[in-house]
Amino acid sequence: MSLVTGLYVVLFYAATVLLVVGLAFRIKKYASTPAPLKIPTTPAPTTQSGVVLRLFREVVFFESLFKSNKWIWLFGYLFHFGMLLVLLRHLRYFTDPVWTWVALMQPFGKYASFAMLAGLLGLWARRFLVDRVRYISAPSDHLMLALLVGIAITGMGMTFVAHTDIVMVKAFFLGLMRFSPQPLPTDLLLLAHLGMVVALMIVFPISKLLHAPGVFFSPSRNQVDNPREKRHLAPWAARLESGEQR
Amino acid sequence: MADFEVPVLREYPIIPKLKEGTMAHSSPFVAKPIIQEPLGFPGELLDNWKEVAIEKMGELCGKYRSLQVYLDSCVKCGACTDKCHYYLGTTDPKNMPVARQDLLRKVYRRYFTFAGKYFPKLVGAADLTEEVLDDWYSYFHQCSQCRRCSVFCPYGIDTAEISMAAREIMDAVGKGQKYCNEIIGKVYKIGNNLGLPEPALRDTLEGIEEDVEDDTGVKVRYPLDVKGADVLLVTPSADFFAEPHVDGLIGYGKVFHEAGISWTFSSKASEAANFGMFIGSYENMRRVSMRIREAALELGVKRIVFGECGHAWRVAYSFLNTLAGPFDFLDPRYPVPQHICEVTNGLIKEGKLKFDKSLNDDMKLTFHDSCNVARASRMGDKPGGQFVIPREIIKSCCNYFYDMPADTIHESTYCCGGGGGLLTDDLMELRVKGAMPRMQALKTVVEEHGVTNLVAICAICKSQFAKTLPYYGFDMNSIVSLHQLVSNAIILSDAPKDDDENDDDGDDA
Repeated sequence: MSLVTGLYVVLFYAATVLLVVGLAFRIKKYASTPAPLKIPTTPAPTTQSGVVLRLFREVVFFESLFKSNKWIWLFGYLFHFGMLLVLLRHLRYFTDPVWTWVALMQPFGKYASFAMLAGLLGLWARRFLVDRVRYISAPSDHLMLALLVGIAITGMGMTFVAHTDIVMVKAFFLGLMRFSPQPLPTDLLLLAHLGMVVALMIVFPISKLLHAPGVFFSPSRNQVDNPREKRHLAPWAARLESGEQR
Repeated sequence: MADFEVPVLREYPIIPKLKEGTMAHSSPFVAKPIIQEPLGFPGELLDNWKEVAIEKMGELCGKYRSLQVYLDSCVKCGACTDKCHYYLGTTDPKNMPVARQDLLRKVYRRYFTFAGKYFPKLVGAADLTEEVLDDWYSYFHQCSQCRRCSVFCPYGIDTAEISMAAREIMDAVGKGQKYCNEIIGKVYKIGNNLGLPEPALRDTLEGIEEDVEDDTGVKVRYPLDVKGADVLLVTPSADFFAEPHVDGLIGYGKVFHEAGISWTFSSKASEAANFGMFIGSYENMRRVSMRIREAALELGVKRIVFGECGHAWRVAYSFLNTLAGPFDFLDPRYPVPQHICEVTNGLIKEGKLKFDKSLNDDMKLTFHDSCNVARASRMGDKPGGQFVIPREIIKSCCNYFYDMPADTIHESTYCCGGGGGLLTDDLMELRVKGAMPRMQALKTVVEEHGVTNLVAICAICKSQFAKTLPYYGFDMNSIVSLHQLVSNAIILSDAPKDDDENDDDGDDA
């Protein structure tokens, strides 16, 4: 096993562990922290199924963002759904045989990368062009976009310009999953692409990418509007009450 | 008129270019020890305030999921940046919701996140310093907790939650706001925000009874501490004498009178507002709420109804059951609590109230959705009832009603500019500038429909508009209470008949 392969094997295992464990801890923290008061942004659904629908609209259509700003919505939507298709297409490198629907969506997944890149560039442009967004942007906000743009461009480079040995790449990932590492091609485009993906996986649980789990735990979106019908009491508030009565 | 520049109303609303530091000088009076201590807060800034603040921040992140998730989740997309009325009115970038949150978030990142601990510059994390604390004090008292930003945030991040946490942290280190904390103290000591003691209250209500009798010829009662009444009415104390609030209170009494519902005020719970929410203090909010439960038990009422008050209705509707429940000792056929608008509209639908709409024909009306009613509560049994029910009441008793532009009402309504514990004279510049977006929307309907009056169902909105309308060239008296319109137009069936015009109720047999 070459040095490069060895390095990427270690990186991918480490990044996967950090991503999974880091996210699990974060999600556990969100789930176990009580929301002591009913604070849905109203008008809000009055039933649990209504809340599921509200979150569905939020995650699938970016409903609130659409109300807010059509440009951010457009760029954000292009980026996220472009990326979703691209990621789904990438399943072919982790499954053998390739699932039929993944095979069928191959062309969509390929060209979705353009949407993803366009969305990212649009979002990035706003960080320079709109004075309000420029004001709130930290270096990490630019870096995050740079990282994603880098991943998109190197990936598109391999898809549309200089192909890598994709059979070998697939063998490498299947090997990782089966704990029997296989050699990785060493062309720079691929190594850059994978290196940046590793970086993204590592920063995910310690950065603003936490908005992904966060949206599901946002009390203003996930609470049922029924405070008069059903008494809502957090454990620490209940202890406060019983402490008073004693 | 003002020692600051009043924003200009334009042909069309615009998103202004930002100007740094325009409101850095704005901050309310700091509470003195004598105000702080009864609430359980340190009298003045602690020597070890930094440690205490960081510790409090950690504690709050563990107690409030909202705070924890909101501090982590913001991606700085910019969706909220043009949504705050204080940003639109002041152009200070720290009044953009995300930038306001970042004042707290940068400290959270520095002390509680990996990236902020090791790469502070990269992620915009910062140490907690005196300058940061001053910024907190200034800008977390430039947020009226109106939740408009939370409507537009893709993750529902609510700056109100962040502001409440920041204020709670500041209280914990001994830097409290005089206005809010003094008022909470008055509620504990006397029973209401204005410090009206029981005899004064009784006097005021007797005066109102006389006035109403003079005016209508009907002995409408405004009872206080009547045991065994069906309804306990809890209303903001401004309703007892401020204009136009008191005209609304007169309306409540007429509604109960005409419907034959026995009701009472309580001198113990003579205040609907709960300033505990403004300072983010669950304990104080609970203590203030418990007065209402105790009053209901002592008076033996069957229902609790709240008067026109925005933030009060949020605490009542969304939190009262949590803070002071369960209310299993009340009549289960009615929601606990009810809004006076729910009661009035219900009676209208049952045909128990009759109006002569022409009595409001001197006014062309528009309705200001109060922020906390619109975005933090509900009326009726359907989502959005808080928009429908007040408008139905207005249309039942007025002939001329016109809504302001769609992006300034309902869930997108603008705060009046004085909510969330900012209705104090030491923040007048902020209040005037923060009222600008609502004034801009009002201007539209004034020009298009000749609207003469703005209706509100919140004590803060009413006081704030009475003060700020003149800065924009409107008459201070153009703000009216919703139940003032009810009061104007209601036909009291036991009124002495001085002519035959109103005699169509068939009671002349």
